Amino acid sequence: MTETANAPAKAAFPDTRPAGCPFDPAAEYQELRETAPVSQVSCPVGVDAWLVTRYEDVRSVLADPRLSSRAASPSNHVNTEADLDAPAAPGSILHHDGPEHSRLRRLLTPEFTVKRIQAMRPYIADLVDQHIDKMLEGTEADLYHDFGLPIPSLVICELLGVPYADREMFQAASGVLLKVDITQEQRLAASGQVQGYMAQLVMAKMANPTDEDLLGRLIQRATAGGTPLTIEELVTLGISLLIAGHETTANMIALSAAALLQHPDRLAELRADASIAPAAVEEMLRYLSVVQFGVFRRVVEDLPIGEQVFKEGEFVIAALSSGNRQESVFGNPDEIDFGRNASAHLTFGYGAHQCLGQQLARVELQEVFARLYTRIPTLRLAIPFENIEFKHDALVYGVRSLPVTWDAQA
Amino acid sequence: MRVNIDEEACVGAGQCVLAAAEVFDQRDEDGVVVLLQEEPPAELGEAVREAAVLCPAMAIHVQD
Repeated sequence: MTETANAPAKAAFPDTRPAGCPFDPAAEYQELRETAPVSQVSCPVGVDAWLVTRYEDVRSVLADPRLSSRAASPSNHVNTEADLDAPAAPGSILHHDGPEHSRLRRLLTPEFTVKRIQAMRPYIADLVDQHIDKMLEGTEADLYHDFGLPIPSLVICELLGVPYADREMFQAASGVLLKVDITQEQRLAASGQVQGYMAQLVMAKMANPTDEDLLGRLIQRATAGGTPLTIEELVTLGISLLIAGHETTANMIALSAAALLQHPDRLAELRADASIAPAAVEEMLRYLSVVQFGVFRRVVEDLPIGEQVFKEGEFVIAALSSGNRQESVFGNPDEIDFGRNASAHLTFGYGAHQCLGQQLARVELQEVFARLYTRIPTLRLAIPFENIEFKHDALVYGVRSLPVTWDAQA
Repeated sequence: MRVNIDEEACVGAGQCVLAAAEVFDQRDEDGVVVLLQEEPPAELGEAVREAAVLCPAMAIHVQD
């Protein structure tokens, strides 16, 4: 017996990258951009959402105060166990809107200005060189675990005032928290572990706030402003910065290496002229779009997008990776082209929540791009490309490991 | 060319400083945009327009 057709079934949210080119976003996006730029999809979390795939619409959506980040952001649509009605934790900069978001953001922005981050450049360059020196003592390494992960982890630990010796715990916990298919028990266990750790650190710093690290300065700044941060707020802020500060850049470092090793012409350009590193970084951020499932928002007031009106209570997904591949904005979008100006890419998001740490990520990636490939010119994969394991199940895309080798240097 | 900035809207992303450091800076205390030149010379026009396009808070307004 055949079923009676009611409304046509909504497409499932496109959440897998194609097997053919693991650097491309989900294959459905190109067709959606051309034929149904605002479409409806059913999400793994169990609700339907408007999926916005064109560059201009992604920017409009993310800049619009009629859409809320509360409980819905940034990627809860792909988490089957997420609670969309959970209240936003105090201090969670990702989940607050309006004045509360501005208050938290303004407390942090002085730490991430272009000037402040540029001042860290010599330290970051030195850190990159030290790790390359260590690699060069041998002829093989795992470019994710031995290089990509330690550099941003050291930088964010140094900046925050978190002992680097404790990294194994928070790296493991954030690895769990950024996976798609985790159970509520796994989430609670991992977040409990990292919260307990951060609470101890925060309490020690509250007892003796110095201006030697970000957490100490944050405590002092909020107190001087007349609204001291609570322990709970500081713990949440500290964890957000710690996780965002190392996972994203670590994945970009190793994933971009995997992509560039498949594009020897682009690598040759970088080796010939390291001054193109900043442009190359923007292009790889665009091309790889590591925040791979886009950004989830809830409509709090009706708003028109294209020919649709999004109604209060509905959900919206802004597909960053799709906008980054739009032909009319970035010509030949599926090609890596260091000659283009890619700086308007959507990888850091858009609107009031655009990545707070983007200048830090830029400098870290620029120093890696300018140094790694020139200092180890024979760098190559140590395993067949087909054997690289990609993190299809993670909110931040990347490789699980990247075994590389090179010729011994005299 | 005349530039106006909306300090209230600014989220301190720093994109404007990267695009046109001659025209935009950030305050040390809160990261909010500082306008160094209200009427930048024509040769900076392209960079200033790029800063306006890149600003995630749409806090930069350019008049010709």
